[in-house]
Amino acid sequence: MKIAVASGKGGTGKSTFSVALALANRDRARLVDCDVEEPNAHLFLRGGESTSTPVWASVPEVDASLCDACGKCTSFCQYNALALAGSAGLMVFPELCHDCGGCILVCPNKALSERKVLRGTIESRVIDGTLELVTGRLEVGSPSAPTVIRAAIENPPALRRRVTIFDAPPGTACSFASCVHQADHCVLVTDPTPFGLHDLDLAIEAIQGMSKPFSVVINRSNGDDDLASRHCRRRGIPVLMRIPERREIAECYSNGGSLLDADPSMGERLRALLDDLHFHVSGGPIL
Amino acid sequence: MKIAFPATGTDLSCLLDGRFGRAPRFLVVDSETNSYQTIENDGNADASQGAGIQSAQAVIAAGATAVVSVHFGPKAFQVFEKAGIKTLQADIAPISDLMDKFRQGVLPRMQGPDKAGHAG
Repeated sequence: MKIAVASGKGGTGKSTFSVALALANRDRARLVDCDVEEPNAHLFLRGGESTSTPVWASVPEVDASLCDACGKCTSFCQYNALALAGSAGLMVFPELCHDCGGCILVCPNKALSERKVLRGTIESRVIDGTLELVTGRLEVGSPSAPTVIRAAIENPPALRRRVTIFDAPPGTACSFASCVHQADHCVLVTDPTPFGLHDLDLAIEAIQGMSKPFSVVINRSNGDDDLASRHCRRRGIPVLMRIPERREIAECYSNGGSLLDADPSMGERLRALLDDLHFHVSGGPIL
Repeated sequence: MKIAFPATGTDLSCLLDGRFGRAPRFLVVDSETNSYQTIENDGNADASQGAGIQSAQAVIAAGATAVVSVHFGPKAFQVFEKAGIKTLQADIAPISDLMDKFRQGVLPRMQGPDKAGHAG
């Protein structure tokens, strides 16, 4: 089973929740940090030897002696990564290229060839011999977060676990979609603020477009009558859990501690939560 | 010679558009006859990325040898530089007035892009 932990709005507690969920279920779950623009789960899950794998992409390179400036590649490219500079010929902007390879296919003169560029790296670590953390990291200046997200998700597991948790990127654009798309269920973490709820609704709209089942975790909750709880009740959205607004949790977080360090009783609840999710997704217990 | 202007309207009395890549259209004016050609820019104005590059390509394909704009982004500037197109800077004004200034040779040359890219 694959679970994406997403939010829409940034800073709602996706990593807080997914790190705690992974820690509490380390015998049966692994964690993939898909927030490749600014991965942060590793700040809370330290130790273990790291294995690093580069993520390559192919961008076009032009052989000016073969190019007759027909413009087939420039009109094909949906990302505007190629342009004809009049008689000076074809220009390539690799930083805009999304690695589809179409320009090379449509070139009638075989003037374009593939050149490899580094898009990011995947780091894999096993913490204390039991919890696997995979971290995708986008190369600075690279446009294609989804390429690196897919590579992180497809990275061969170091440990056999029945559940994989994706710590999804914020927002509701390509990065978010490429992560959530590969999950069986999406947990949306929100906070009880108007901004949090606004972006929660955007995320729900995107998820419904992908026909994915989802549920909500309310972070920094003031109880079952806070803004987010009322919002979810009104819209008939299932709330899996409320993480209370408490100073100890914030203090623990700011020292690099997890939710479980702040409140050890969370462990049991997070195990039960994963059981429930698995039952919901697969119709049976995690074996 | 032909000079391109990002344009808010469809004739020479209209104002220069404050944007380059995302301008609604370009007017390409012949400096000898004062006749002009309109290039609609709808596709590029709404592009998620690379609007400046494609707009530059369109303007070059129309035969312009100089372009007048308030701003130039880094990639559009690169395309013009490679193609040997003169990039001239102007404030927002009616295009007919800017043509006069062009003929007087008082529009300053851009030394480099004055806007950061918007891609991503």
